[in-house]
Amino acid sequence: MIKVRIPTPLRPLTKGQGEVDAQAGTIVEMIDTLNASHPGIKDRLCDDTGELRRFVNIYVNEEDIRFLKGKETSLKDGDEVSIVPAIAGGTSCRT
Amino acid sequence: MELTEQQIQRYSRQIILSEVGGKGQMKLTKAKVLLIGAGGLGSPAGLYLAAAGVGTIGLVDGDVVDLSNLQRQILHSTATVGLPKVESGRKTLSAINPEITIKTYHQNVDSDNILSLISQFDMVLDGSDNFATRFLVNDACFFAKKTLISASMFRFEGQLTTIKPHAGYPCYRCLYPEPPPAGLVPNCQEAGVLGALAGTMGILQASEAIKEILGIGETLADRLLIYDALEMKFRKVGRPKDPACRLCGPAPTITNLKSDYTVTCTI
Repeated sequence: MIKVRIPTPLRPLTKGQGEVDAQAGTIVEMIDTLNASHPGIKDRLCDDTGELRRFVNIYVNEEDIRFLKGKETSLKDGDEVSIVPAIAGGTSCRT
Repeated sequence: MELTEQQIQRYSRQIILSEVGGKGQMKLTKAKVLLIGAGGLGSPAGLYLAAAGVGTIGLVDGDVVDLSNLQRQILHSTATVGLPKVESGRKTLSAINPEITIKTYHQNVDSDNILSLISQFDMVLDGSDNFATRFLVNDACFFAKKTLISASMFRFEGQLTTIKPHAGYPCYRCLYPEPPPAGLVPNCQEAGVLGALAGTMGILQASEAIKEILGIGETLADRLLIYDALEMKFRKVGRPKDPACRLCGPAPTITNLKSDYTVTCTI
């Protein structure tokens, strides 16, 4: 079992949960598993071609998977995966 | 130049720290720091930098103070609603520390003005509210070789990192190569933010800025700090240099500020 940390912007898809468990051997499997239990999450992480979006980073333990094997990065029992999208807020909204 | 008796008294609680000392205080006195945004992050960051005696603080922000800002933008007050944020900010910072120089720029940064703005400073703190500005600030600081302390927040979550590719570390585009397209993520009004989270992130930003000025402690230049206020968790993840980075990689395709930095109101 791996622990997946869900960032604030995606929590509406996980009923507010900040952490969910998943059974998966790779990041691709993990995304599919998550999408089965929390439909819509894959769209937020991947573009139409199935590639990870360039403003969403995924870390296995503390390492960015872009510098490992990307979405083919393997996972093992006990790994902690963090999904970390770019966020921009700082001041007020400029309209 | 030496510290005056009054300065020694004002800064005594940090001068007695062996990592600071009189020498460190002089570094702070000589430092010039530009705050992009005098809002949720720039407010707490500015207050602590001013209080610590950072000699020159620049405030750049094109907005005026609105009542809905006061929940988190503690540079401003009910009495300064309607004033330019940079003017309101100047009053507050000068009241805390009249010894420092405060430069104000009542404008938004854009690709035409940013390089001349940051050329007057040694360090930049990004507390801006949109991706276009964040990428612009990153790119400009890269070209101008200025250390950038970048903080951002969303609802109950904050991110912080130090960006200094001129010292061999990764840039912001190494972390996030591209901004999200408009509309894919909730806009500012829908999102909301906890006021105290802005305080936490802005103060962490000030703390990292002071460390960089003094050259003490561990830099955050190869890490990204993520703070989850709801779970009360701080985590750090690695932030390596991207060999394919379009800006700071060996074969850059971004070589000036001519890219499209369209401001979109997305978080």
